[in-house]
Amino acid sequence: MLSLDPSKRNSLQRCICDGDLVIVYERHDRIKAVKVQKGLDFQNRFGVFKLSDWIGQPFGSKVLSNKGGFIYLLAPTPELWTLVLSHRTQILYLADISFVISYLEVVPGCLVLESGTGSGSLTTSLARAVAPSGHVYTFDFHAQRATLAREDFERNGLSSLVTVSVRDIQGEGFPEEFCGAADSVFLDLPQPWLALPSVRKMLKQDGVLCSFSPCIEQVQHSCEVLTSGFTDPNVRLIGDMQQLILDIRTFEVLLRTYEIREERMTTSEADHESPVGPMRKKRHCTPHDVDDSQGERTATTVTARPCQESRGHTGYLTFARLACS
Amino acid sequence: MAQDHSADAVAVAAAECQHLAATSPPTNPKTTWEGCSVLLDINDGDRLVFARLSPAATLKIGNKKCSLGPLLGCPFGSLFRVGNGPGEPCLSRCSHSTSGASDNALQAIEEESIAEDSRDNRLLIDNNTAQNLSSDDIDAMRRNGATGDEIVEALISNSATFKKKTVYSQEKYKRKKQKKYAPKVLLRKPSARSICETYFKKFPARIGFLRVDTLSLLLSMANVGVHSDVLVVDMIGGMVTGAVAERLGGTGYICSTYFGVTPYPSDIIRMFNFNSEVYSRIVHVPVSDLSKSLDDFVHSEISAKAPSMLPESAECRNSMDISEVPIQNFDLIKEKSLNNEQTSVMSDVGESQHVASILCPSGANDLELGHDTPITDKLVNKGRQAPLETMKQWKTNGFSGLIVAAPEAEVGTIVHKLLPLLAYSAPFAIYHQYLQPLAACMHNLQTSKLAISLQISEPWLREYQVLPSRTHPLMQMSSFGGYILSGIRIRNSVPSSI
Repeated sequence: MLSLDPSKRNSLQRCICDGDLVIVYERHDRIKAVKVQKGLDFQNRFGVFKLSDWIGQPFGSKVLSNKGGFIYLLAPTPELWTLVLSHRTQILYLADISFVISYLEVVPGCLVLESGTGSGSLTTSLARAVAPSGHVYTFDFHAQRATLAREDFERNGLSSLVTVSVRDIQGEGFPEEFCGAADSVFLDLPQPWLALPSVRKMLKQDGVLCSFSPCIEQVQHSCEVLTSGFTDPNVRLIGDMQQLILDIRTFEVLLRTYEIREERMTTSEADHESPVGPMRKKRHCTPHDVDDSQGERTATTVTARPCQESRGHTGYLTFARLACS
Repeated sequence: MAQDHSADAVAVAAAECQHLAATSPPTNPKTTWEGCSVLLDINDGDRLVFARLSPAATLKIGNKKCSLGPLLGCPFGSLFRVGNGPGEPCLSRCSHSTSGASDNALQAIEEESIAEDSRDNRLLIDNNTAQNLSSDDIDAMRRNGATGDEIVEALISNSATFKKKTVYSQEKYKRKKQKKYAPKVLLRKPSARSICETYFKKFPARIGFLRVDTLSLLLSMANVGVHSDVLVVDMIGGMVTGAVAERLGGTGYICSTYFGVTPYPSDIIRMFNFNSEVYSRIVHVPVSDLSKSLDDFVHSEISAKAPSMLPESAECRNSMDISEVPIQNFDLIKEKSLNNEQTSVMSDVGESQHVASILCPSGANDLELGHDTPITDKLVNKGRQAPLETMKQWKTNGFSGLIVAAPEAEVGTIVHKLLPLLAYSAPFAIYHQYLQPLAACMHNLQTSKLAISLQISEPWLREYQVLPSRTHPLMQMSSFGGYILSGIRIRNSVPSSI
């Protein structure tokens, strides 16, 4: 998925090989991940596709089924992976993922801690952001989900960048070995305030933390703990000064999508027609009634308007920075 | 006389350039060094200033000029306070706890008293008589060496109405006085996030109104990552180019392409503190060169823009310049150059008066070249001409992604010309300010079947204030961060089109 080996990156020269993961695009809302294996088939509403036919074609090609239907074969990216991965938990989507990575200032070489791993949606993008020299250590308290995530990362060629462990971060905090080593920390936990004292120990000075919470009460509780200055005596003191948290900011991000259509905007003649409907026009069709030959009656315009349905809320993103002593 | 000055100055400037090249910063530096670019956050975001650190650099706070020397060698994220001692005020490093502790104490008190607080402002009359201390009194205190905090405490105890205020009001009052009499300066590291946010807040037009969440989306949608060869059209000062370079971390290439013969200005790149490895990945190539066929590459010479064509003045200026000086502001430079100042002075992003920057007394050369001379860093010049081999590779492999940030340009033509340069299955993200041209572009792509997974998105961002009993979205909000057209290039089944 990531071009860790530059010669293997997606290019006009690179063709689909046996064993590759391919993203099958049927429609903008019907996308699937398929592993190419010689001799096997892929079946959908358009018919049967022989996977052997796909081998040797470049990514981005259109392939036909036995019935003449077609699909597109795309190279996997973290964005496409988010749309096709199997949901073991609720996942983060593009708007939140892209904002988190930017705001956490994740760049190549960074060390990032994450909990919970969930279905690995954000983790995949984090891996891209830290490559080639950084690392993502991700923790989930659910052993089976951790295993499934680990397998996904393995299959997607990300194992050198991501380490999955089973651990209850709320109860135990992050492992001591990461104290003062994390450039960024991401939390997606039901009670993130329990993990905050540990996060403070993990972060490097000027490091950034992000906590994702669907409910405002969770956000309020987390912010209270962040601003209270951690009066917990168990918290490590650097020198004589307690490290404080700065830049506590909470956001919501959403994407509004638009639909684009070419519409025929009809204008009616004022005297002998009602403005509604082409049907009426047909019935009263007389020699001097024209439709398409008269431009002003049926001009086409490319129109744009927001989609009717859209996501209203995913979660609040709370960011904070560890101050320097 | 003037000529001797220039010769010396140029020599000094050249030496500085070499010094910079030699002491190239590590990736992800944590402390400042001489010549590095920083973002100064004064009074919790009230004022934001980009600056370049040197022992002679200064910053004006209120009506005082402070030296920035104390900031050298300090970790990013350090906090400084303006001292009130006799003589020139200076910035001294302080811990965050001394400034934050009083707020925390206040917070503890308020939580107990919220339930019983029956105070309100019904009797408070705003007629300027509440405060007993006069400005002369305050100046006297200053001269006697009182710290900013002591002055604030004095103001509070001399205020007739302070006790009558609610706890929240008291907090607000104290913070306001602190900002005036005990200002603090936070030393921030410039990053794609902080640079974009700062520009969006203060000079949004310079980055084409690209909001930080929109920028983040562009980077994700175009799959910017290690070893990517990203094709970029950046007409917003280098903001996108810099952000892409930050994500590539010294691998792959950012091919910043341009229509015509002059690359678009890209001053913002210099604020990122890139090391030479990262800089070398940023190249500027005209579209005309990219559109040549492979045969043309093999048989003819690519017209590379040789570094010697650019004036020395532009080069040395860039190595020490303050980013805020607009390229067209030559008059200011010429004036100051006559004074032969070598200090790098801050140009304030937040305030309208530009304090000029100069370092290159050979301002005359700038004037000769005219207003649209591209100013590029000496380090960028090195990588500026893409090696022939690399261009051939781009031709055979295709680019791995395309980002267009041309918020006012004719987007349909840009996309039509550049999409064929992408590899198949390569994603693209087009940022634009206006919906209709983007819709027309998307429609064309749909009918010509050059791309799939087409989508026009409008990012939405809202910030919240989260405080006990006072949680709500911020009163002010950015309602527009632009539109993005995203999609994936596909192999067109009609062979004649490609």
